[in-house]
Amino acid sequence: MALLEIHGLTAFYGDFQALFGIDMSLNEGETVAVIGANGAGKSTLLRSISGLIRNAPGHIRFDGGEIGALSAPDVVQLGIAMVPEGRRLFPSLSVEENLLIGKYGRSSNGAWTLDAVYDLFPVLKERRHNPGMSLSGGQQQMVAIGRGLMSNPRVLLCDEVSLGLAPVVVRDIYSAFPKIRATGASIVIIEQDIGQALKVADRVYCMMEGRVTLTGTPAALSREDIHAAYFGAHRR
Amino acid sequence: MTDHVSSNWTVSTRTRGSSLSMLLVLAAVILAFATPLIASRAVIQDLFFILTMLVLAQCWNLLAGYAGLVSVGQQVFVGFGAYAMFAGVSLLGMDPMAAIVLGGLAALALSVPTAFFVFRLQGAYFAIGTWVIAEVVRLALAQWKALGGGTGTSLPSGATRDMFGVRFVADLLGVRGPQATDIVCYWLALLLAVAAIGSIYKLLRSRQGLGLAAVRDNREAARSIGVDPLWTRSFVYLVAALATGLTGALIYVQKARISPDAAFSVPDWTAYVIFIVVIGGIGTIEGPIVGVIVFYILRNLLADYGSWYLLILGLIGILIMLLAPRGLWGLFTDRTGIQLFPVRRILADRTKTKDDRGSD
Amino acid sequence: MSWLDTIVQGIMLGGLYALFAAGLSLVFGIMRLVNLAHGDLIVLAAFLILLLITALGLNPFLAAFVALPVMFALGWALQYVVLNRTLGDDILPPLLVTFGLSVVIQNGLLEGFSADSRRISAGMLETASLQIGPVSIGTMPLLTFASAVGVIVALNLLFYRTSLGRAFRATSDDSATAGLMGIRAERIFATATGLAMMVVTIAALYLGTRANFDPTMGPARLIYAFEAVIIGGLGSFWGTLAGGIIIGVAQTAGAAINPEWQILAGHIAFLLVLIVRPRGLFPRAVD
Repeated sequence: MALLEIHGLTAFYGDFQALFGIDMSLNEGETVAVIGANGAGKSTLLRSISGLIRNAPGHIRFDGGEIGALSAPDVVQLGIAMVPEGRRLFPSLSVEENLLIGKYGRSSNGAWTLDAVYDLFPVLKERRHNPGMSLSGGQQQMVAIGRGLMSNPRVLLCDEVSLGLAPVVVRDIYSAFPKIRATGASIVIIEQDIGQALKVADRVYCMMEGRVTLTGTPAALSREDIHAAYFGAHRR
Repeated sequence: MTDHVSSNWTVSTRTRGSSLSMLLVLAAVILAFATPLIASRAVIQDLFFILTMLVLAQCWNLLAGYAGLVSVGQQVFVGFGAYAMFAGVSLLGMDPMAAIVLGGLAALALSVPTAFFVFRLQGAYFAIGTWVIAEVVRLALAQWKALGGGTGTSLPSGATRDMFGVRFVADLLGVRGPQATDIVCYWLALLLAVAAIGSIYKLLRSRQGLGLAAVRDNREAARSIGVDPLWTRSFVYLVAALATGLTGALIYVQKARISPDAAFSVPDWTAYVIFIVVIGGIGTIEGPIVGVIVFYILRNLLADYGSWYLLILGLIGILIMLLAPRGLWGLFTDRTGIQLFPVRRILADRTKTKDDRGSD
Repeated sequence: MSWLDTIVQGIMLGGLYALFAAGLSLVFGIMRLVNLAHGDLIVLAAFLILLLITALGLNPFLAAFVALPVMFALGWALQYVVLNRTLGDDILPPLLVTFGLSVVIQNGLLEGFSADSRRISAGMLETASLQIGPVSIGTMPLLTFASAVGVIVALNLLFYRTSLGRAFRATSDDSATAGLMGIRAERIFATATGLAMMVVTIAALYLGTRANFDPTMGPARLIYAFEAVIIGGLGSFWGTLAGGIIIGVAQTAGAAINPEWQILAGHIAFLLVLIVRPRGLFPRAVD
């Protein structure tokens, strides 16, 4: 049984339907990438899993238990952590405090301690007492990821880690992912950077306008398939 | 009231229901003018109280419900207008009716520097800032020995008896001086209420009114289309001050006795007013009318129960704000779609039959 | 009349006003809520302390100590059940609900305790005084000031050195993302109000021992508290102390010139600061 299972998930913003029956799964230890253009519904999907959007029950199961209708704090306690779109660090907190707050809701023992995060992203250690928002975009993203790791989650959700960052910086950040995988975390990443997504993922889902249009392993999918699914040249 | 948007569409605020209700309102006003011919003095006094509270409530509603300015310091204009009137009569020998106008103008003058202060503040800060201003003016006026200092004073005897029109009414209706004074004050209050509500209604249906709604909903967006939030809000603040000052002066002509604590009383001129608007329905013209009626009924029911009266009023206000934020009139309008003073713009297709959709 | 004496008295009075203001500053800093009933809650706490003294025969300090958890629970419940419902983008609901609350508390106290003035007696401490250099300071005012400093030190420690304080700041910044950290905003807000009520209880003790109090005194305390917070600037507890001191000194200086001018002098000082520094003297948080 998969660690995270999603069946027929729908989501609305008022009258606007953002998701039209999504099916997806995440196995333990896997890294899954969700790609697609803006407005495809990728963020909505992650927000539904993390509890920022509360859904009708019955569509999202984590470790066998139903979580679709839970609030964000409840979801965190079960072991799902989210690195939100746009980083969303807390301006009133320093770098170190931003990291520490990550384990407020779930203080479970595991590989990710403050020191471990500093090992992963050494540049943060030098700036640990600076205000979180005084760092560069790439460093803020590192803080956001570290903050998510501090709760030692079983599933880490990463929403558009590369957004607004230079390619060099994005490479730096993604180079840390193997170490994160090594501690056993299962990861879902949302990406507009298809190249990066294909490099780190075990499996890929492509979304367009609220539906999954393609799924498979990076090796099995051709560039043409992906382009078609991404831009909608052929509809399913 | 119709702006031409394109050749086939017009924008108007009139609904079929509202034209009918305008006639009803007109009938009610005529009836109200005739009331002193048949009603007792006590009834006239009660009606005077209702009308003056109604004007105060409409002003507060204009500020808070339409302009988004929550003031808990409007009593400053009640008191200052009243004191200016008193100064006019006691110190300058003016006719009380003329002094009422003086009171209104004085309140308007005061509102200019106070606006300068309080508009530096937002939201809750603004609210308490208005309260501080009221306290400052109250404490300052309590130092004015010529008008009784901290203990207050009365109008010179005979001043209200000699007010314009009182002798005429006394002879016409065969009543004594004090009752004639009450009747004249009542008519003034009626005039003030009609003028105030009429002006507010006209303002809200005008371009300024639309701008006001825009500013209330989203200041930045409003600014981006050329509506100036500061000018719009200042205008409303000053107009409310003028009307509140006129009302305060009129109230104290009828009372004929003033003191700083009474004229600047928070319960009388702010707490009651806020509850009237909240319970009746904030952000509508009908709301304060409903609210003042409920308030009057409750006052009569609970008159003997001292602090229980305010306590219950407070509890009702809290419950309404939590459970039915649009007040009693809001509940009614949501159910029935009826509006007596519609201010929402309706887009109507002129090529079809004239708009006969009644609600938004 | 010694000016040094006046200033020292003013500073001590400032301590009392800082105590009034600290709870307000805490709540406003975290959830942008101004509780218009804050002053009335101080008066309520004073009556509670009085009740505990007469019912249990405790001395005032012990009674205040017992009152602390009671007021915490009251504040927690008030926020969780009533005030949390008013939070949001619209400024009207919190203002109007807390205004209604103010009226309800005042009139409830009037019904329960009548309009008579009360006093909490601190016995020997009331008249004792300390000689420090050229000035003589009453023991109670000194205790008040010391308590104010103590409370502010404690609040700063809480806010900037504890996990709960981090949660307060994070929730104040971004309550949705704080939820992603496992922080339940409704409970954080309730805890904040509960803590504020504990500070209110301490303020009530010193209010009640210093002068007579009655059910209608709340609004004036709110205004002083509020003025101190604004002068100090949003987000700074030490700023709140500075604000309290400025109001206190202005009031005692005004009273020294003419007793009738005491309160007016405080308000005028407030307005002057507002003209010159609309955001306060030490604004810390981003508005």
